[in-house]
Amino acid sequence: MQRREFLAAGAATMAAVTLAACGGKTKPPLPPGIMTGANDTLGHRLRQRDFPPPTETRRIGVAIAGGGIGGLSAGWRLARSGMDDFLLLDLESETGGNSRAGRNEVSAYPLGAHYLPLPPREARAVKVLLRELGALKGEHEYEEKYLCHAPQERLYRNGYWQDGLLPTLGVPAAERAQYARFQEFIAGLRERRAFTVPLAFSSRDPALLALDKIGFSDWLRSEGYTAPGLHWLTDYACRDDYGTRAFDTSAWAGLHYFACRESEGQVLTAPEGNAWLARGLVQPLTGRVLPSALVWRVEETKREVAIDVYLAAENRSIRLLARELVWAAPLFLLPHVFTAPRPEWLAALKGSDYAPWVVANLTLSAPPGTRAGAGLAWDNVIADSESLGYVVSTHQAMRYAPGPTVLTWYRALHDESAHRSPSRQRRLLQSREAWAEEILADLERPHPEIRELVTRIDVHRHAHAMIRPHPGRLWSGARAAFERNQGRIRFAHADVSGLSLFEEANHRGVKAAEDTLGRLGVSYSSIL
Amino acid sequence: MQRPLLVSVFIVASCGLAYELIAGALASYLLGDSVMQFSTVIGVYLFAMGIGSWLSKYVKGNLLLRFIQIELLVGLLGGLSAGLLFLLFTLHNGPFRFTLYGLVLLIGILVGLEIPLIMRILKREVKFDDLVAKVLSFDYIGALAVSVLFPLLLAPHLGLVRSALLFGLMNAAVAAWALWLFRDRIGPLAALRTQCIAVIALLIAAFGFAGQFVSLAEANLYAEDIVHAESSPYQRIVVTKVRDETRLYLNHNLQFSSRDEYRYHEALVHPGLATLPGARNILVLGGGDGMAVREILKYPQVEHITLVDLDPRMTDLFSRSPLLKTLNADALNSPKLKIVNADALQWLEASDAMFDFVVVDFPDPSNHALGKLYSTAFYRLLKQHVAETGRVVVQATSPMYAREAYWTIVTTLEAAGWQTAPYHALVPSFGEWGYILAGKRPYTAPATIRVATRFITPDALPALFHFPADMARVATEANRLDNQNLVRVFEREWGRVQSH
Repeated sequence: MQRREFLAAGAATMAAVTLAACGGKTKPPLPPGIMTGANDTLGHRLRQRDFPPPTETRRIGVAIAGGGIGGLSAGWRLARSGMDDFLLLDLESETGGNSRAGRNEVSAYPLGAHYLPLPPREARAVKVLLRELGALKGEHEYEEKYLCHAPQERLYRNGYWQDGLLPTLGVPAAERAQYARFQEFIAGLRERRAFTVPLAFSSRDPALLALDKIGFSDWLRSEGYTAPGLHWLTDYACRDDYGTRAFDTSAWAGLHYFACRESEGQVLTAPEGNAWLARGLVQPLTGRVLPSALVWRVEETKREVAIDVYLAAENRSIRLLARELVWAAPLFLLPHVFTAPRPEWLAALKGSDYAPWVVANLTLSAPPGTRAGAGLAWDNVIADSESLGYVVSTHQAMRYAPGPTVLTWYRALHDESAHRSPSRQRRLLQSREAWAEEILADLERPHPEIRELVTRIDVHRHAHAMIRPHPGRLWSGARAAFERNQGRIRFAHADVSGLSLFEEANHRGVKAAEDTLGRLGVSYSSIL
Repeated sequence: MQRPLLVSVFIVASCGLAYELIAGALASYLLGDSVMQFSTVIGVYLFAMGIGSWLSKYVKGNLLLRFIQIELLVGLLGGLSAGLLFLLFTLHNGPFRFTLYGLVLLIGILVGLEIPLIMRILKREVKFDDLVAKVLSFDYIGALAVSVLFPLLLAPHLGLVRSALLFGLMNAAVAAWALWLFRDRIGPLAALRTQCIAVIALLIAAFGFAGQFVSLAEANLYAEDIVHAESSPYQRIVVTKVRDETRLYLNHNLQFSSRDEYRYHEALVHPGLATLPGARNILVLGGGDGMAVREILKYPQVEHITLVDLDPRMTDLFSRSPLLKTLNADALNSPKLKIVNADALQWLEASDAMFDFVVVDFPDPSNHALGKLYSTAFYRLLKQHVAETGRVVVQATSPMYAREAYWTIVTTLEAAGWQTAPYHALVPSFGEWGYILAGKRPYTAPATIRVATRFITPDALPALFHFPADMARVATEANRLDNQNLVRVFEREWGRVQSH
């Protein structure tokens, strides 16, 4: 049967090639779907501060601005300490930030972040959360349901699906020797915990911190790593975790990706991506979350912080007078919101850059076929593509029969910037139809039958998905402006770390909450 | 005469390339390793065309007559080639490769003769440089046409056997056309006309019967009479019968033979169920053939049986077919039975029913999807559905041929918190077969079995629970969803068995 399928698929590829050559007249129409994305219109009104003045004043102990993982972690930490005089404000109608999910009749699916590598010993707060969620017993025993099921990943290269992401097929021995040397080097870094996540616990050895000043590709070459496969994998890793190309990524950040965890490759995931983790954080926050609420003006006074919040549903603003503010929204918003942003913040923000992302969910009537090589895995990567490939949302489902599925396709717009002129955001702003066509063209190479299987394509845009660790961004000292004590304001966003990772956001949130508890005189024992 | 012959060149070139593509595709399909098959077929074919071109200088006499004869021969050989090869492959030990390359060589030689002959026919009427240009360009255009049509339309819609016949007919049609056009330049026509009609009639007949022909070939593959064959969305179901023996194949793998299936199903059900006099609620996972249900129904205390099988075609077939109903004693129509056609994993997750005895009779763990049905996660899920005093039996592949796989399943059950009692039985159609009883309490074999059995009796039981040295326990890791080591082990062990 496989050979028959092989032939049919082969015929289909040739058909696709021929059709494309004929101008694609017989292509089926694009499947339906919607385009969603971070609430940008509301966000962009910030520049004008174009909001109605407050009509009501409320007093509150702690305000948390932002409902991503940082803000949720801060709220979660406050709630765990028994503190309940706080309010979390989120611009979106639903909390979770990059970890939000969608759902249709086939499956739940991620709209952004979709996995958490097994946390190393330093990520203590993450482990506390996982134990609460029943996903972790003791230090190392993880619930099977959340551990990524085998096979975890495969790579489509030269017409063949291979196991794992490091290109191995047809790679000369000399290059494979470089792979081995690199892996050994990484194992050594791991052993001495040179890089950790949260990165705050990393070694401060100046020789290591100096790596931040050079590009990752340059570092690889200077160490004699020339194997194209290794350069491909490191570039893929940078696009995947940081939204940057390897040459434009700090070598410290690049090595951090490979060396910060204790074990190789194993990850926790769920059909809805990381939304299950966000759900665990938001659970104790019942009644203390204000959705569709945009903080548009913050003024610090001697005794309190005045926070003007626009309530989109009611089209009016309220003023919160809070004793403490946890700022858990992206840091680039600070100059637009604060009446008197501190000069050192502005200095630290100079040159900061965010990667836009597009995440598309494709609903399929049946799983895509495999012409040659390893069968469908959780993470499926196409080597010579600008996309990051796709994950299969039903991979973790407790079912064995093949059936309809949802594929989540990822594309970091590594060559565009949300902060530069609109002409540099052409791809981000293109229509859903243009994206759908681009996605199908990408997936058509490994899966010529894809157009017949897809019943829906929903596209989700993130204009400022993740901060980029360009060379010099992490250890120049600038970040310290947000780590230091700032009067009544604390920062709880992954931007403070400079890496857009779940563990970093969680760490910053918990840290901000614990510092706030200290200032309020509430006793607590740190979970960091 | 120039234009008709150039049109012929176009058709002839198309047909020539088509036979090459069909032979390559068929060889890849049947033998695998498509790069090897296509390379060798194309190589032999091109070489044969060279031989044909060289031989063309020895072709003398009326060239038009020879051309028509060659066309008929190519049409006949090429047209029947795919069917012939397919049939040969299904006859075990048929000289498949020899015939494949022989046919490719013959067709190649004949096709190699065509173009030089046409050029010689036309050389008196057309200037040489013009001739070469025209003939060769039509030749290559024909090749392009078929190389596009073959994968797009022909292979997917007609299949290989019918595609070959279609091209055979086109060759024959060229012959007939040439015969009619040049009837005054060929000489006596009667014999040639008869040959022409005979070849065309034969090819048309073969085209009409191609469907039956494929099932004939499949019958040869089984060397038994097929009494039922269908493809469900999940599998190919084939039932065969030779004299009084009935067999079921799923995806060409033998599931049971009526000669010894009683051994398999008695061993599956009785060692467990005979120890549970209070068992009222029974669950069968897999086992859509109803044989396990037949054994369970022998126990009068059983009140409800739930059978969860993915494929409704299976349960329909075994509850309707008179032949199969005699085999399962019409078990699937029992009023005590409820049939659920669902994914067992999904169904168990959604259900809160409790059972006294569960029969887990899934296909062997030959891929990652099936491997999930042998994981710690699945066995933990199962635990939520089994009474404190209840018991589960798992079919667990062969401890003889797949020793490590068998003991991996035992380890997996234990890792999920079950107490296990592994045993095995000889089922001649399969060889030594393995089962595992699992419960929340230790197992004690029954002193008596109160229902009628032919194979499992209390005195036969102790031997089943003893594993001789060649099947004895080996240390293994549990099969978890995140490692699926069972699938790898199973593939390695059965791969070794099948390569012998």
